[in-house]
Amino acid sequence: MEALAPALATAPRRRLRERLLGEHPTAWAFIAPAVVIILGLTIVPVVWSLLLSFRSSDLISPSHSVGLANYKALVHDPALGAAVKHTLIFTVLYVPLSIAAGLGLALALDRRIRLIGLYRTLILIPFIVATAVQGVLFSFIFDQRFGVVNSLLQKLGLPTQGFLGDPGQALYIIILIALWGSIGFCVIIYLAALQDVPKELKEAAAVDGATRWEVLRHVTIPQLAPITVFLLVWQTLFALQLFDLVYATTRGGPLESTVVIVYYIYLQAFQLFHAGYAAAIAYVVALVLIGLSALQIVYRRWRVAHP
Amino acid sequence: MSLRRRLPFSPWHLALAPIAILFALPFAWMVISSLMSTAQINRFPPTIIPGSLHLEGWETVLGGAEFPRWFLNSTIVAVVTVISNLIFCSMAGYAFARLKFRGSTAIFLLILATLIIPFQITMIPTFIVMHDLHLSDTLGALIVPNLVTPFGVFLMRQFFLNLPIEVEEAARIDGCSRFGVLLHVATPLAKPALATLAALTFLVSWNELFWPLIVINTDSTFTLPVGLTTFQGAHSIDWPAVMAGNALTALPVVVAFLLTQRTFIASLTSSAVKG
Repeated sequence: MEALAPALATAPRRRLRERLLGEHPTAWAFIAPAVVIILGLTIVPVVWSLLLSFRSSDLISPSHSVGLANYKALVHDPALGAAVKHTLIFTVLYVPLSIAAGLGLALALDRRIRLIGLYRTLILIPFIVATAVQGVLFSFIFDQRFGVVNSLLQKLGLPTQGFLGDPGQALYIIILIALWGSIGFCVIIYLAALQDVPKELKEAAAVDGATRWEVLRHVTIPQLAPITVFLLVWQTLFALQLFDLVYATTRGGPLESTVVIVYYIYLQAFQLFHAGYAAAIAYVVALVLIGLSALQIVYRRWRVAHP
Repeated sequence: MSLRRRLPFSPWHLALAPIAILFALPFAWMVISSLMSTAQINRFPPTIIPGSLHLEGWETVLGGAEFPRWFLNSTIVAVVTVISNLIFCSMAGYAFARLKFRGSTAIFLLILATLIIPFQITMIPTFIVMHDLHLSDTLGALIVPNLVTPFGVFLMRQFFLNLPIEVEEAARIDGCSRFGVLLHVATPLAKPALATLAALTFLVSWNELFWPLIVINTDSTFTLPVGLTTFQGAHSIDWPAVMAGNALTALPVVVAFLLTQRTFIASLTSSAVKG
């Protein structure tokens, strides 16, 4: 209560100010840091990036306008085409597999048996660890000469593989690492959602003679639909923006077989210093990503309106 | 059914135990190989269970100048970012939840909208801003853009909206200022939300790779993820040292997670309920 004493002394003066200005000065003081940082370093850059995408800039010397040239160039850039292809292969495999595995594991983990807490923890830990750690760890595990996987293959009398060093395999190995690193996230999201599925619904279906599989298919999974949509969008956003894992494993190699879109933007902007061109590619990608997020928001609104 | 009768434990263990081990095994291998000598690792095929333990890898990592420095840098960035998020997100969240001012809804929606802006379109201008502020290649460039996050503002606003307003009103009538109410009445009640925010901010800050990679180029200013990937590129024959560095980078997050699992899980699932 001592803390309130100084406030009491200044109370009359504060009341007068409040009568004149309302709570505006306080409110602005409270939100100022958030407004400066979030709007200043997000909203302003969004506009800035758009302007930059119509210019030629190397980040250092003064830029000059090039009109739509950056956007025209990106349509005909074969390296970008390859990056888009790699990104789509990653997305198409990673997203459904991570969600299916996440759902399956969540259903298996949603029971009260001994050690269940330990199982959940072990499955989640890869997700909380830095992607850099995941990438470096698996670079070692899949190392052609010293890696434990090739060592095991050899012991089993099987041919050793190139893995991250093989242009035909590297992208798929990265998908495998990404799955290991993120299934835990899908699991905890589904586990949390499973607690909200009304027990009465499942019991009613069981009373009506539904088998366990039928309850799962016709009651549980439909009840999880909003979460599945959320994960679908979330995982797709992650997949389309893949960068860290590529950087920590292959850096786009071998033979550029793992250059994905954001990695390509990074190369263009910060290695080749084609900032205007990079901004144009980033803008096109961003529109797709924002569109996806918007769809998710629309779906959520619709879902609330039509329960 | 017959299987269940014959087993002294739930048959689910037969599926779950191997899967859980599969998720944990790479970490076990990381720790084991950090304790091998390069000779043990360079043997082809490598031994899975080494006959003797070696600390050379850890000595390289902990005795060198690089990793301790990177660890310190990561810690500074994470601690400052967590504290500033706790303060600034609370303040903004509280203002949007409780104070009446013109433009409140519009500004809040604008902040919320930034959640769906992907980093790739803001990174180039942010890089230029950091350069103009003379923050490039300093820890400041890693801290300033993350001082306050839109998700944190959203999280705190939601939490304050759900607090009963009566206690705050009583304190106001007693002459307490808005800041006093936030500090002495609302914040103590907001501990769960603050813990969630702290866990999430720490996790994101500690693990961040992309932005530091762009804005930092001096070795001594690296954070652990950047340092680690650079170290691996330069020492790819010294796998025990690389794995020791890897374990060192993972350790704080894993320890924090094991100690406060509930909070971490709450912060991860909170992302699913946003919007």
